[in-house]
Amino acid sequence: MPAAPAQMDALREKIRRIEAGSRVLREVLPFGVPEIDNRLPGGGLALGALHEVAGGGNGALDGAAAALFAAGILARTQGPILWCVSRRDLFAPALAQAGLHPDRVIYAEAGTDKTILACFEEGLRHGGLAGVVGEIGRLPMTPSRRLQLAAETSGTIGIAIRRWRRPAEAADFGQPTASTTRWRVSALPASPLPVPGVGRPRWLVELIRAKAGECADFEVECSDETGRIAIPAELVHRPAAAEDGRERAVA
Amino acid sequence: MVLAADQAARREGLRPGMAASKAQALVASLIIFDADPDADRAALEKLAIWMQRHYAPLVAADNDGLMLDITGVAHLYGGETNMLTEMVRRLASVGIGAKIAAAPTYGAAHATARHVANPVFLLQDDKLANALALLPVSALRLPPEILTALKQLGFDRIEELANTPRAPIALRFGGVVSRRLDQAHGRADEPFDPIVPPEVPHVRRNFAEPIGAPETLARYTTKLVEQLCAELEVKGLGARKLDLLFFRVDNRIEAIRIGTAKPVRDVKRLAKLLCDKIETVDPGFGIETMTLTALVAEPLSYRASPSSLVEAPAPDVSGLIDTLSNRIGEQHLYRCAPVESDIPEHAVKRVTALAPATGANWPPHWPRPSRLLDPPERVETVALLPDHPPAFFTWRGRRRRVARADGPERVFGEWWKATTETKAVRDYFQVEDEAGERFWLYRAGDGEDPVTGSQDWFVHGIFA
Repeated sequence: MPAAPAQMDALREKIRRIEAGSRVLREVLPFGVPEIDNRLPGGGLALGALHEVAGGGNGALDGAAAALFAAGILARTQGPILWCVSRRDLFAPALAQAGLHPDRVIYAEAGTDKTILACFEEGLRHGGLAGVVGEIGRLPMTPSRRLQLAAETSGTIGIAIRRWRRPAEAADFGQPTASTTRWRVSALPASPLPVPGVGRPRWLVELIRAKAGECADFEVECSDETGRIAIPAELVHRPAAAEDGRERAVA
Repeated sequence: MVLAADQAARREGLRPGMAASKAQALVASLIIFDADPDADRAALEKLAIWMQRHYAPLVAADNDGLMLDITGVAHLYGGETNMLTEMVRRLASVGIGAKIAAAPTYGAAHATARHVANPVFLLQDDKLANALALLPVSALRLPPEILTALKQLGFDRIEELANTPRAPIALRFGGVVSRRLDQAHGRADEPFDPIVPPEVPHVRRNFAEPIGAPETLARYTTKLVEQLCAELEVKGLGARKLDLLFFRVDNRIEAIRIGTAKPVRDVKRLAKLLCDKIETVDPGFGIETMTLTALVAEPLSYRASPSSLVEAPAPDVSGLIDTLSNRIGEQHLYRCAPVESDIPEHAVKRVTALAPATGANWPPHWPRPSRLLDPPERVETVALLPDHPPAFFTWRGRRRRVARADGPERVFGEWWKATTETKAVRDYFQVEDEAGERFWLYRAGDGEDPVTGSQDWFVHGIFA
């Protein structure tokens, strides 16, 4: 991405200040992967904002990859996390393997979307938490706006894991919400190993929407034990790999 | 005379009302205790106070039972049936064989608890009249002499009594029969006199004019909390559980109960917790008295907060925990802690949200799925025995070809816990299908010996 002229940057900063008003000015949490951070306004995932993550395909129902993606993000923050769930299938050892220590995570189990939204908002407003996750199906505009405002006032990062009961309902993800970014995480075949077995899992991470930013797709290796995702090594050197392929095609 | 008989005695044919000598003739080794009504009443009151602490703010002791108003309480236990079952379980653990019924009216609950519940019974609103119709007249809480007279007149069931013209009955027995009938059917109100536990901080406020607007209720709630906190401060206590009762002009009582995770004496915080729930209170024609009781109070002393140049103090989330646990129930707010067990579903235990951090973690080297299916779902597979992962499996109607797999991770049953698990074995495999979706499959059994399991395959989790 070419660097914007200094004047444009100054102008953007000015607009941001006007928009923010009395609210806390945004800080960001970088992924530590330049390819992704460069695409995000501010150079990382905004703290004090609402982000949406959903799974692709079957992941829209189980939200397995989305949960781990969220856990990886929160693992790189400090302090307690509130995780609002509607179903009891989240397996804590997996979150621990993504770097989210069990001592940090408080689970709130609520039956209905309405209660989840209430807990989610309460958590975001409190201000003492490092982040709040809510597993939720329908997220209409008004509640998402409330969540976004609550996150802005306290500076806590909110991640809504969108999860539906039926595949047909997943079309709901196209509806507009007030969230700052919207991601879709789908499973890809794992990194190849020289021996039989399953390597480090890979995801296709799609940045579907970013406020003041552009959409992008990334192929990444899943969160490691410190919550960091990575761009697979062979993709970093893609030009070389492409040339290699062409040579083979010629030969 | 036999006044009460336990289950063993009833099996031998003893009944209350039987002469003691007859009972002794029936069972030679009978153990007889002298009746002590005062001790019985004291024990019942003690139980009532315990029930009040644990279950619902409004509890009254009857002659031979307890009445609880569980309006707006049951959802904390996952529904009425769960709540009743849990009560029976806890009472059984201290040696009390309880029969419990929940019904729309006290009269109906009283009747069904004694005649239908085995050990629990839940009467829905729409079935009230039908259920009452079939019960015997003795279920109506009438004095014994009236019951005998009714029996002589041939009244057997409540429906017969309810279908009889009222005037002759009232002429003969007074108004008590129709009043009890109306109370059971919910056509007449029933006074409820909740017990007040002795020696707990308690404040009360009477109003010259009944109040009803939510803002007024909130204002007086705050005033009561201020009074109570002053009282608590004198005693050096902090509240763990608060009951706010609203006495309405029509003799009904509305109640709010809140709990806190740690002792609290902060006016603002307690008032907020109480005011959050004011919308659940129906003031009716007005409220004339409000009382606030600190049902459970624990010592609370001031603590110096350690200051450090380097570390920021850990944020205090107990306020948030209180707000949330009063909304969704304490048991729905938890943290997960590791348990040393190889069986995945046993490896996680729940601890309270404010339990001290232990620093313990699960062993990091085995792959664990982020979603665990409970119970595991059986799948049809094509697999080479004994130690190969499946080549195909069909799950939820979709056939998947396994592109890659890892395993097995062998998990042995916990033979030291259950004899059925002595030889049980599970072989876990992480498999990836051609689309890249990863699953956690296991085979019950080691693939050779039928003693170790059924050799069926199950999906137990979904990897990210």
